[in-house]
Amino acid sequence: MSDWKTICRVEDIPVLGARRVARPGSTDVAVFRNAEDKVFALLDRCPHKGGPLSQGIVFGESVACPLHNWTIGLADGCAKAPDQGCTQRFSVKVEGGVVHLDLEELNKSAAEAVRYEATQV
Amino acid sequence: MKKLKLVMVGNGMAGVRTIEELLKIAPDLYDITVFGAEPHPNYNRILLSPVLAGEQTLDEIVLNPVSWYEENGITLHLGKKVVGVDRARRIVKAEDGTEAEYDRLLLATGSNPFILPIPGKDLKGVIAYRDIADTNTMIEAATQYQHAVVIGGGLLGLEAANGLMLRGMQVTVVHIMPWLMERQLDNAAGKLLQKSLEARGLKFLIGAQTQALVGDKDGRVMAVQFKDGAEIPADLVVMAAGIRPNTELAEKIGLHCNRGIVVSDTMQTITDARIYSVGECAAHRGVAYGLVAPLFEQGKVCATHLAQFGIGLYSGSQTSTKLKVTGIDLYSAGDFIGGPDCEEIVMSDPYGGVYKKLVIRDDKLVGACLYGDTVDGSWYFKLLREGRKIADIRDKLMFGESHLGDTGHEGHNKAAAMAAADEVCGCNGVNKGTICKAIKEKGLFTLEEVRKQTKASASCGSCTGLVEQLLMFTAGGDYSAAPKKKAMCGCTDASHQEVRDAIRDEHLLAIGDVHKRMGWRTPNGCSSCRPAINYYVLSTWPKEAKDDPQSRFINERSHANIQKDGTYSVIPRMWGGETTADELRRIANVVDKYKIPTVKVTGGQRIDLLGVKKEDLVNVWKDIGMPSGHAYAKALRTVKTCVGSEWCRFGTQDSTQMGKDLERALWRMYAPHKVKLAVSGCPRNCAEAGIKDVGVIGVDSGWEIYIAGNGGIKTEVAMFLCKLKTAEEVLEYSGAFLQLYREEGWYLERTVHYVGRVGLDYVKKKILDDAQGRKALWERLKFSLEGEPDPWFEFDKAAVDTRQFQPVGA
Repeated sequence: MSDWKTICRVEDIPVLGARRVARPGSTDVAVFRNAEDKVFALLDRCPHKGGPLSQGIVFGESVACPLHNWTIGLADGCAKAPDQGCTQRFSVKVEGGVVHLDLEELNKSAAEAVRYEATQV
Repeated sequence: MKKLKLVMVGNGMAGVRTIEELLKIAPDLYDITVFGAEPHPNYNRILLSPVLAGEQTLDEIVLNPVSWYEENGITLHLGKKVVGVDRARRIVKAEDGTEAEYDRLLLATGSNPFILPIPGKDLKGVIAYRDIADTNTMIEAATQYQHAVVIGGGLLGLEAANGLMLRGMQVTVVHIMPWLMERQLDNAAGKLLQKSLEARGLKFLIGAQTQALVGDKDGRVMAVQFKDGAEIPADLVVMAAGIRPNTELAEKIGLHCNRGIVVSDTMQTITDARIYSVGECAAHRGVAYGLVAPLFEQGKVCATHLAQFGIGLYSGSQTSTKLKVTGIDLYSAGDFIGGPDCEEIVMSDPYGGVYKKLVIRDDKLVGACLYGDTVDGSWYFKLLREGRKIADIRDKLMFGESHLGDTGHEGHNKAAAMAAADEVCGCNGVNKGTICKAIKEKGLFTLEEVRKQTKASASCGSCTGLVEQLLMFTAGGDYSAAPKKKAMCGCTDASHQEVRDAIRDEHLLAIGDVHKRMGWRTPNGCSSCRPAINYYVLSTWPKEAKDDPQSRFINERSHANIQKDGTYSVIPRMWGGETTADELRRIANVVDKYKIPTVKVTGGQRIDLLGVKKEDLVNVWKDIGMPSGHAYAKALRTVKTCVGSEWCRFGTQDSTQMGKDLERALWRMYAPHKVKLAVSGCPRNCAEAGIKDVGVIGVDSGWEIYIAGNGGIKTEVAMFLCKLKTAEEVLEYSGAFLQLYREEGWYLERTVHYVGRVGLDYVKKKILDDAQGRKALWERLKFSLEGEPDPWFEFDKAAVDTRQFQPVGA
């Protein structure tokens, strides 16, 4: 059984928009809401040049990265061809209009993301 | 559900492209069977010439290997010629007895070479130039024999001749017409081409009429005989006297043919609705196309109908031609011969090997023929397709679109001369080698495909001409897909203009209304059409349409400029570039308080604070207490001024005050793209007004107005619009021009491109000749801007969602 962390209400995310979940010490997570009120969560970092996906334009089940307009699938975190690369997905649970993220994933990947950044330098 | 059956006869480029398009949109609709008469999978027929010339190998020109057919579950019958179709029982029959049932049949049988009906045409060593077998015959002949004769001095004939010569044969080209490539070149360019090919070692017999081919005792050709009795030795004769649509099968099974299999705009044969036809065998509105781009367009349309979407009509293409002989550049399009009702502009430098002819009718470019320097071919082709009036650019027309102002590719204009490591696209850092590799490996044919795959020319577009040249000699053939209009994006077939028109004519107020009315294919558009439509509804229906912040790019949604690390930059407005000690002190305090890492003076006489965290934006704005500079928006940016008559000993007008007045009148003005103004107080023009969207230059007797200048990717000097007496007039004329641009410009089109599209004369007519119209435009702009909020302070009114500045889940 996983522990779920309460993030916000679905209405707190704009339709066809996103909010940012701050994770001190590691990369933020972006939570998205599409026109059908489906909620998705991805690492807030485009696989291309690290742009914050939470700031992009959301359409269908995709988001366009605000830096160079790569299209990233919200469900799989992967760039649309011919671009290549994926960003990390996070499990989302919506219950009674409240958005939850998996606590373990949030914590675990925080450490991995730190390692990732360390190797980038 | 049981799958439908699709059978394709012909395994060439147009047909297989149609299947590829079909698989993209309806992968599971059909069981597909393909019959190909040749024993090879689909290959790039255009590249047979480089293979013959020894520049590429056969393996390199295969587009779809046999494995591709397997992976897509396509039944492939190679080397089987289809000889009959039972249309009643819907069965295709091949020569060897193979049969296949169909629900839909696609005929893509291509074309056959035209064989001159002369004695000796069946001798050994007499071939056409059409497929891999012909090419191999020629390559083999070159190892054993010496004399080759090519009959036909058209595109194909010259390529064959060039290839055979490179393989060591002595080649004579026999051409019955008065000059080479008479369908693609005029007399002068044809002669230049002949000269340069002669310098390479080809021989020509121009105007010679072939009478017979003479054979030796073994039945192999040994000479070509002409009408005048002359004879030349020939061990190999290549007939390249044109092609004819291959309608043999179609005629046999009773389909209506007239210079091709007659098809409608949906690529359906007019005889049998179950049978489609694309490619060189199809006659659409009386034309059978022989170039790749139109055929691929046909394929795309055909695929949508096979997929039962029932959308898309093929309405014909305009075509242009280039020759694939390495080192020879020639290009032609449209009606380049001209006639008594035409005017010509000609530049001829026979010694330098450059010749250009432009044909103009009714003030429009209708044809172009270029030899030696073809970099502007695509620009001429664009002018030709758009049918734009050219009076205002006539004096520059001959010199092309690219000139010193173009940046980002080191001034290169001949792609062939570039090294593989040379950068072609300066925006996205793509070099020649990368582009050529992508074209070869991914089988790209069109500019759009190259842009998608490599990003080359996908940003500013100034290297488009170079990329097209690369496509030309890497993929071969023509590259210019020439749709008459350009769809806004993949979500729709509608163009920007059609969307603007519909919004105006039908009073559409919201993005969703536009989607519904115009049949958008996607549920809520994409990142390219949504911002455009949002701008269109707002600019067309001010005070009525509601802004949708989620359809704006991040910069306009957060009212700051996103930087590469995800922080933002803040540029407060400084009216006319003037500031005060008080403002500077507040800025300095903010820099300290929020630990802003970089402070930079911009080119627009303002101050840029870089590296501001998103959470701090609201407080930074508040503490600075200056209006938004809109430096992040497709809107009025800055009005740059010189010091003017107030201080300057040369100043004739108070340019700073004029600039401030303009900026106060126009700020908060959203537009299709960013808008920059400048005002100089005398002709020394210290404010650089010559490269602004609107440049105002004070002279002793008043103000000169210049429009549509540009200082960016394409440096373009602004054009003189008019001279005015008073400051009020400057406001009215500038405002009216900008409102015209706001109402008619396409999203992301700068004024330089807008005026380039509609023409300066049109703008003059609207702004100078029509006083009432001008005043109405100016009034409409004032109405739009009246009471517009400052987004840094009036969040509700400006529809700024302040939730974005704070994270959730803390």
